[in-house]
Amino acid sequence: MSKKILTVDDSASIRQMVSFTLKKEGYEVIEASDGKDALSKIGSGGVSMVITDLHMPNMNGIELIRALRTNPSYKFTPIVMLTTESHQDKKDSGRQAGATGWIVKPFKPEQLVAVVKRLLG
Amino acid sequence: MDAQKQLYREEAFDLLAELEEALIELEQQPGDLDIVNRIFRAMHTIKGSGAMFGFDDIASFTHTIETAYDLIREGKLSVDEELISLTLRSCDQIKAMLEASVGGEGADASLIEEITASFKKLISSVQDAAPGQAESCPAGTCGDQVDGLNAEITYRIRFKPHRELFQNGTNPIPLLNEIRGLGHARVICHLKELPGLKELDPEACYTYWDIILTTDKDADAIRDVFIFVEHLSDIKVTKIDDYSEIDDEEYKKIGEILFDRGDISLSDLESILGRQKRIGEMLVESGKARRSEVHSALMEQEHVRNLRKKRMGAVSGDSTSSIRVASHKLDSLVNLVGELVTVQARLTQLAAQRNDHDLVQVSEEVERLAAELRDNAMGIRMLPIGTTFAKFKRLVRDLSTELGKEVNFTTSGEETELDKTVIDRLGDPLVHLIRNSIDHGIESPEQRRAAGKPAEGTIRLTAEHSGAHVLISVSDDGAGLDTEAIRAKAMEKGLISPDANLSEKEIFELILAPGFSTARSVSKVSGRGVGMDVVTSSIKSFGGTVEIASVKGKGTTITLKLPLTLAIIDGLLVTISDEYFVMPLNAVVECVELSADDRRRTHGRNLARVRDEIVPYIPLREVFSLGGNNPAIEQVVVTEIGERRIGFVVDKVVGQHQTVIKNLGKFLRHVEGVSGATIMGDGTVALILDINKLTQQVEFDESNLGGRMYHA
Repeated sequence: MSKKILTVDDSASIRQMVSFTLKKEGYEVIEASDGKDALSKIGSGGVSMVITDLHMPNMNGIELIRALRTNPSYKFTPIVMLTTESHQDKKDSGRQAGATGWIVKPFKPEQLVAVVKRLLG
Repeated sequence: MDAQKQLYREEAFDLLAELEEALIELEQQPGDLDIVNRIFRAMHTIKGSGAMFGFDDIASFTHTIETAYDLIREGKLSVDEELISLTLRSCDQIKAMLEASVGGEGADASLIEEITASFKKLISSVQDAAPGQAESCPAGTCGDQVDGLNAEITYRIRFKPHRELFQNGTNPIPLLNEIRGLGHARVICHLKELPGLKELDPEACYTYWDIILTTDKDADAIRDVFIFVEHLSDIKVTKIDDYSEIDDEEYKKIGEILFDRGDISLSDLESILGRQKRIGEMLVESGKARRSEVHSALMEQEHVRNLRKKRMGAVSGDSTSSIRVASHKLDSLVNLVGELVTVQARLTQLAAQRNDHDLVQVSEEVERLAAELRDNAMGIRMLPIGTTFAKFKRLVRDLSTELGKEVNFTTSGEETELDKTVIDRLGDPLVHLIRNSIDHGIESPEQRRAAGKPAEGTIRLTAEHSGAHVLISVSDDGAGLDTEAIRAKAMEKGLISPDANLSEKEIFELILAPGFSTARSVSKVSGRGVGMDVVTSSIKSFGGTVEIASVKGKGTTITLKLPLTLAIIDGLLVTISDEYFVMPLNAVVECVELSADDRRRTHGRNLARVRDEIVPYIPLREVFSLGGNNPAIEQVVVTEIGERRIGFVVDKVVGQHQTVIKNLGKFLRHVEGVSGATIMGDGTVALILDINKLTQQVEFDESNLGGRMYHA
């Protein structure tokens, strides 16, 4: 069974790019437009990895990561944050919230695949 | 991807509209940082997504603008009307770039350059020497971009995660696998910090790893793999071996490795070293090091030792590494060696004459070195014959298809080495032989089936060493030679008289005669009757012989017996009335004495009795019309030519002589019976006898002149 990855981003084009790239690699991908949407879609288990943007309306990425880490089903799930800036403070706050890794935008599909493989094996 | 590009375009148009709005606002409130931030973000998104969706022109163009707005954000650059209008013009260009992908006319390149230049001027006005904000390498992915160095380097990596590694969802296994993917890696897991079950926190990471990695990537690529966990673990990457350390394959002792890694202290090591046992064992027994640590260190030692051994092998030239050299360089080397051997022979002779002990010692040393040098130089010219074999596969395939025959071609002995000059001259004869085998030897599939043979015929090309010779044979499992047909044909061509009584072997040899061909019609491939005699003469020209064996219905084997080398031969030095001659030693069987009495007993017929065998001999004094009188006891050098024994009568046998063959000059090239000359130690010239030719010539004279073995 292919692993399921949740991509969370308010930009439809990013979501679609992530989704297209990962599906080509054989992963199953579900999409959410913000943190709230993500929490409602993720359910209790079954998602192997979350890729989330940080700046989103309703619930931002940091809040989403914190929420997921308190959920026993997702305590140890790899979460990758997409940051538009390579600024260290954003990375740090994401890390403190419990993010596993990060990708700095802009990124190429290959870079996304490399990170997913690194964390999911 | 097109749907995605479409989506990006739509988003970018929205962003541009927002951007324009913000720009107009900014013009009215130049100090408002919120508006600057909005502009920056919009630019940033356009740039970032542009790069992702293949709009590289947009990405690079917006990058400059973004840099300018970053400076405004930081208060280094002030907003003025010029900047606003420049940005607005940029927006138009970005729109044009977006349109270009759906058939719009695209951006104005010169305008883009102008705008970019203006922005760069603004930037550099506040940012003198500072380089434009370099595009930072997206974290976590740099590894893909690192250019691998060619030389392989070995690293020791200790990856020791903190207890809370799992808390942010990290699984260390994929990381280890990624490291494995970088090169040749060996991983050892340490469990010594694992507590008892009672104290164990199942959500904590107690294990750590040692990895020995040999890779052509650099240390950054390794650190990059661990970039997500560098704050959650201790990672130590140490270069333990690189290509420069080539001098020896020995690697550090176990104790040193453990000390290097900080697993044990120097005093631990020294106190242990006092006792004598295997150091690893002792460390474990004494509790100074864990078995896994010692195991890991041993592994590192082994890994690097293997690596260095491999490298040493590569450097000292394993069979595979080679260089190409122009053959004329080799020729001149061999020539020089030849000269050296000649001079050395002179030196030896001189030393013997002078009876000078020191000189003899030196000359013996030179003799040994010269001999080694000669063997080496000759060895360089030796090539495996396999290179020639390879091209025949194609020939067989093409010919068999053309002739409608099924042929399986096998070769063996490709590694057999032969002098390059011999190999070069071997190509054409072999082509002839293989052609003949396919054309005349192998039958058509129908005929073969009718004869109870597999439809597919086999042609075997083999090479093997046999003393100073190499035997190359072409054999087929075809129809074999038809002695009756050959006989009839030879009579028709006038090669033999109708009443000639010939052995099977002699009949086979007829096919080697000029103008002989048994093929019923001249086919495209062979059958013009030129093949076999060309083969024979070219093989003979370099001292080889051709032998034929055939069984009717079973197949034919043609064997070429070739000398290993053409440049230097071992010769037997003989004299006839103070003239020196050299006979090829490999043909010489033995030397016997011939007294005047022996001569008389045979009544003028040149026959000697050697161990109850009658051996005809050729008196060389007469053949070469040399003056002087026969000594009372002459020597007969008995040689073997093909299957026959022929003796050559000389005055004296001097002994074995290393002979460097010098070709005779233009005038003398066609003298029969002499294949070349060599220079003796004292500078005199000795002729090298071509015993094959001599025998043929004498036989010819004999048959023409009625019973006389020679003519004077």
